Amino acid sequence: MSTWDLLLWGVLPYVMVAVLVGGTIWRYRYDKFGWTTRSSELYESRLLRIGSPLFHFGLLVVIIGHVIGLLIPQSWTGAVGLSPTAYHVQALVLGGIAGFCTLVGVGILVYRRRTTGPVFSATTRNDKLMYVVLVAALVAGLATTLLGATGGEHNYRETVSPWFRSLFVLQPDIASMAGAGLAFHVHTLIGMVLFAIWPFTRLVHAFTAPLGYLFRPYIVYRSRAAGGATRAPRRGWETADNR
Amino acid sequence: MRVMAQMGMVMNLDKCIGCHTCSVTCKQAWTNRSGVEYVWFNNVETRPGLGYPRRYQDQERWRGGWVRNRRGRLQLKAGGRFRKLLTIFANPVLPHIRDYYEPWTYDYETLTDAPLGDDFPVAQPKSLLSGEPLAVEWSANWDDDLGGAPEHGPHDPVVERIRAESEEKVKFDYERAFMFYLPRICEHCLNPSCVASCPSGAMYKRAEDGIVLVDQDRCRGWRMCVTGCPYKKVYFNHRTGKAEKCTFCYPRVEVGLPTVCSETCVGRLRYLGLFLYDADRVTAAASVADERNLYAAQLDLLLDPDDPEVIAAARRDGIAEDWLDHARRSPVYRLAKEYRVALPLHPEFRTMPMVWYIPPLSPVVDRLVETGHDGESAPNLFGAIDALRIPVEYLAELFTAGDPGPVTDVLRKLAAMRSFMRDVTLGRELDESVPAAVGMDAEQIMEMYRLLALAKYDERYVIPTAYEGEAHQLEEIGCSLDVEGGPGMGGVGPFGEASGRPVPVSVETFHALRVRQTSEGVADPGVPGARVNLLNWDGKGRPPGLFPPPREAPAEPGDLTDRGSPPERTAGTPTLEDRR
Repeated sequence: MSTWDLLLWGVLPYVMVAVLVGGTIWRYRYDKFGWTTRSSELYESRLLRIGSPLFHFGLLVVIIGHVIGLLIPQSWTGAVGLSPTAYHVQALVLGGIAGFCTLVGVGILVYRRRTTGPVFSATTRNDKLMYVVLVAALVAGLATTLLGATGGEHNYRETVSPWFRSLFVLQPDIASMAGAGLAFHVHTLIGMVLFAIWPFTRLVHAFTAPLGYLFRPYIVYRSRAAGGATRAPRRGWETADNR
Repeated sequence: MRVMAQMGMVMNLDKCIGCHTCSVTCKQAWTNRSGVEYVWFNNVETRPGLGYPRRYQDQERWRGGWVRNRRGRLQLKAGGRFRKLLTIFANPVLPHIRDYYEPWTYDYETLTDAPLGDDFPVAQPKSLLSGEPLAVEWSANWDDDLGGAPEHGPHDPVVERIRAESEEKVKFDYERAFMFYLPRICEHCLNPSCVASCPSGAMYKRAEDGIVLVDQDRCRGWRMCVTGCPYKKVYFNHRTGKAEKCTFCYPRVEVGLPTVCSETCVGRLRYLGLFLYDADRVTAAASVADERNLYAAQLDLLLDPDDPEVIAAARRDGIAEDWLDHARRSPVYRLAKEYRVALPLHPEFRTMPMVWYIPPLSPVVDRLVETGHDGESAPNLFGAIDALRIPVEYLAELFTAGDPGPVTDVLRKLAAMRSFMRDVTLGRELDESVPAAVGMDAEQIMEMYRLLALAKYDERYVIPTAYEGEAHQLEEIGCSLDVEGGPGMGGVGPFGEASGRPVPVSVETFHALRVRQTSEGVADPGVPGARVNLLNWDGKGRPPGLFPPPREAPAEPGDLTDRGSPPERTAGTPTLEDRR
């Protein structure tokens, strides 16, 4: 186990989590007003209507695939009678399709962003950096999937997944991760960069996916007294009961 | 019965001259920022016409408002909660910016920069979205005063609906054309479909006064509210990525001032006041089977503020005593419920809108006069209303879901008032049968005339002034003291000039005006970081920041005059510096 391995697979993940969590809390506290999808649908909707659902739904499937592949141990899927080969084939097919859809989706979105005048001029440097990292993570991820399909059958569920799970119990299994292929290393690193910049980009909108909409009453009443609740009362103006 | 209070507005369309003052002042107050260039919280459209955004009333296209499903329950026309979440990545029925209009400015610089030549330089229109040159093709009131009506008029969704019944009803040839103006703001509905459409729960109806607002800190820009509102009065700020809408000028209303649009209305056609309504019955009223009954159902929700039972219930539900007093003096309640001359806009959207309209009578009177009749005699007027069905049917499509009955009733009341009041003014013998013909008595007619024709400022705008016990939280009052000696006190924030919250413009204006009115010298707040407000600048002296700092002139050899420190600026003594 080299120093590099220790730094990349033992230290970096925790730095990334600290930045992700700390950054998100900071952003939520100090930049609620900037917490938005920054939709550009008003400017252009023809391409968006194809690209955006393709990208987002593809990404949701990809995320589910990651959760299953990383969190569920191989022994568990084996226990329910799913052979490693069968698992690999379904992961390859589903993951490949979803990853491809996501990549095509983001391709359409980037093309749209570049060619539609108003959308391009509403693109910030922050957005551009985010797109680079996001697309790189997608490409690297799809590459690992395709490499798995073509050549040497590397079973990441014996290397990456144990390492990923070991992170949560604060006993990083660095050796396992060090044994994974280069493609996996690259994809994981880019992924960590993506999560580290996440709170500081427009990607934060994912953290406020409006699932509560399914459970709240349609009409929201809010008292004016409580209306200012999202903003703390200024010093000297607190009411007697919230002092 | 659960009594709630609602701020409401009535507009008397007979008085609207289409001057757009309300729109312009509203825009200056609320939407003169980048990102909302195309947004008019208040707009005035010519009917018949396409409206703003174009054809917004066509809910088969835009899918706003509510529909009653087969089980008799209300559901959002654009689909329920699951459908909303499934289409959240690309809202299929969001208007494009061109359905409003692409905002533009002019390349004024060319006028001064252009090299000498044979042709006059022109200021080209340029898009405010992309910066590219743009052919101006549409705006918020492109078809003002029936401009282009032969082309656009037939595409008015209201006209389409009437023509579906009879091809002959609406004509756009010069001799038979008619028009009137329709000023529109957010309806602050009792059953707001925009609020119901918001996935984040950022939109809410204020419990105290029913004003519908967007919490800018909770809005995530999912854009479903824009689709949900059938009046298309929620807008997407494309710079901030948040929804914005008419606020009923709540910072003004909270301190008892009328909205900007009402305050500046040249025709004084707007009335502001309170409604008391029964919140428990709103959903049932909005779900009545026949859409022609929606107007009656909505009227039925409004509670009589003089009824002891209502007063007792209102007290129980925590409505303050001065609010009840204001509700009893409410001009909007009288116009909508007592005299029944104000009608809601498009009740068929089932949102229970709270901005009401007195339909215009003028076309009828003018037509009678043109044909050589006495345009203000009661029998002539009554007869004409029935005969001239074009406006009535059009108005009915706007205000009563197509039922001409209530519209005719209103027009007959207005006609009776004209006719009766003419007799009063000319000192003729009063004909009691005229008010009786429209189900009113002479006294009521006189009262209605007073309210519609003579009412002064404080009768037109009956706004409860203070929110008892919470005055310290009012937006306009409670924000100047962020930090001891902070921005509001003429100091800076805790971490230097750029820290702390910006001073609200109202506070800054207040201080600037006070300084200007009380000081002998230059109206200069003298606060570091204070903005230069040209509206408050009295032309005396030169507030710092009005011009960039002067460049140091290179010292000329032999110039022995000691320039020293600049002289103290005093009023009325402009120096060379001041004229630079």
